[in-house]
Amino acid sequence: MNKIDKVKKIIVEKPLKLDCGKTIKDFPLAYETYGKLNDRKDNAILVFHALTGDQFASGTNPITNKEGWWNYALGPGKAIDTNKFFVICANVIGGCMGSYGPSNIGDNGKPLGTNFPVITINDMVNAQYNILDFFKINKLFSVIGGSMGGMQVLQFVSNFPEKSHTAIPIACTASHSAQNIALNELGRQSIMADHNWMDGFYVENKKVPDKGLAVARMAAHITYLSKKGLQEKFGRKLQERDDLKFGFDADFQIESYLRYQGSVFVDRFDANSYLYITRAMDYFDLTKQFNGNLSKAFEKTNSKFFVISFTSDWLYPTSENRDIVIALNSISKDVGFIEITSDKGHDSFLLDVPDFLSAVKNFLETSYQKLK
Amino acid sequence: MKKEFFEISKLLKKNSKVLDVGCGDGELMKYITENITENVRGLEISKNNIQKCIAKGLTVIEGDAEKDLRQFPNSSYDFVILSQTLQAFLDPENVINELLRVGKKAIVSIPNFGHWRVRLNLLFKGQMPITENLPNEWYNTPNLHMCTIRDFVNFCNKKKIKIDCPNLFYVNLFSELGIFIIEK
Repeated sequence: MNKIDKVKKIIVEKPLKLDCGKTIKDFPLAYETYGKLNDRKDNAILVFHALTGDQFASGTNPITNKEGWWNYALGPGKAIDTNKFFVICANVIGGCMGSYGPSNIGDNGKPLGTNFPVITINDMVNAQYNILDFFKINKLFSVIGGSMGGMQVLQFVSNFPEKSHTAIPIACTASHSAQNIALNELGRQSIMADHNWMDGFYVENKKVPDKGLAVARMAAHITYLSKKGLQEKFGRKLQERDDLKFGFDADFQIESYLRYQGSVFVDRFDANSYLYITRAMDYFDLTKQFNGNLSKAFEKTNSKFFVISFTSDWLYPTSENRDIVIALNSISKDVGFIEITSDKGHDSFLLDVPDFLSAVKNFLETSYQKLK
Repeated sequence: MKKEFFEISKLLKKNSKVLDVGCGDGELMKYITENITENVRGLEISKNNIQKCIAKGLTVIEGDAEKDLRQFPNSSYDFVILSQTLQAFLDPENVINELLRVGKKAIVSIPNFGHWRVRLNLLFKGQMPITENLPNEWYNTPNLHMCTIRDFVNFCNKKKIKIDCPNLFYVNLFSELGIFIIEK
């Protein structure tokens, strides 16, 4: 993976104490930027990516040669308009796109594998905070992200209450639910059940647990869609055949689609990263960090919040997003909230959902005008 | 802008904290923000209206006044506004109580069912009245609990809610709309 060595990165020299107790220092944090930082340095937006995202949010990902994961929302003239805003997106620690993760080489000259420490959303956010120092940005204009990115938004504002004028948590939760932990565990077990996983030391053994990772992705992919969305897109349509074949080949289009999703995923994602990042999501419980009172997490911030959920998202349902709104409201913080109507499930925030995109655009642009 | 909104705005104090319950497309909120106080929030049930509010740069929460006022702390606003929707709630008494809990004062406006034109309509036509403020037919009106200004004043007196309405007889006969400041 020589290409990954060439991505932009900073080396964080300052020691970072992780929640697990270990301290890391001199670690890489890979990032990408879009747009220009203005002279006042007041137009910077930090975008947090979700589980399988990376720093290449827009344009073409130079590693995969695919479109950036947030191409619909981010770019010139788009919802997050890079003609106006300077957007930074960093690869989370634990990831596999250049930031410190389980595929990094350890002191023994071999990939860390499962010797990599268990990390948390808090650790990810603390690591990414260093990017502000690097760009000498005193205060961000906004922090934004969906799903795990939304969790990072909440944690960021809680950890650094004066460092962003606005905050947009999308389709997320303040406390990972039992259902979501269960679904993540399904994915992890699938990877670990693959013989090629080899307790996490597959790289040095020249193996890839791609079957396990593909199944993990297939299962997860279903959870990102809605029943209605699946039914409308695939129904019971057959895959390049006129009738059932009475076998276990992919008769149905949905089967073929999931297999494809699994197979392309293993080319771009590291199995151990999948384990570590899903673990970080499961450990996320901002409410517990503040002794059961989520409002306390936001007590010190004056950030203007805009919480967004989607009607068909059953993974991070409106009720969980609304809990964030209630916590903010109960201490009279500046919070707006909208539930966007969409059949596209949890993935709505990644897709072309015009109501969502216009809400983000209008919020950012009217808020930025007030700032000036 | 609707004349009603000017009248409501006149009742607000400079730099006070205001919550507009059922804020619609944010027309009133925008006027208040630009002319009276920037500390304005809205609660609105229609997604379409919320989008319009966001485009105006207003802070609005999607929600239903009948159940989502609960999340606002006691006396957290100087004024809570409820414009012409009281009669559409399932439980208006509960909504009034919530307004008075969340706001130090509440400003409530109601279409007056005691206006002479309404009375004549019913008296001579024998039909449910249709006027500018009450444009719907009986079968598609959102209004579940129509009342007159006198009814509303009586209600407040009964519930020991402070309300000021001099010349009630004339007001009840000649006003199409009642706008009141009420407080506990």
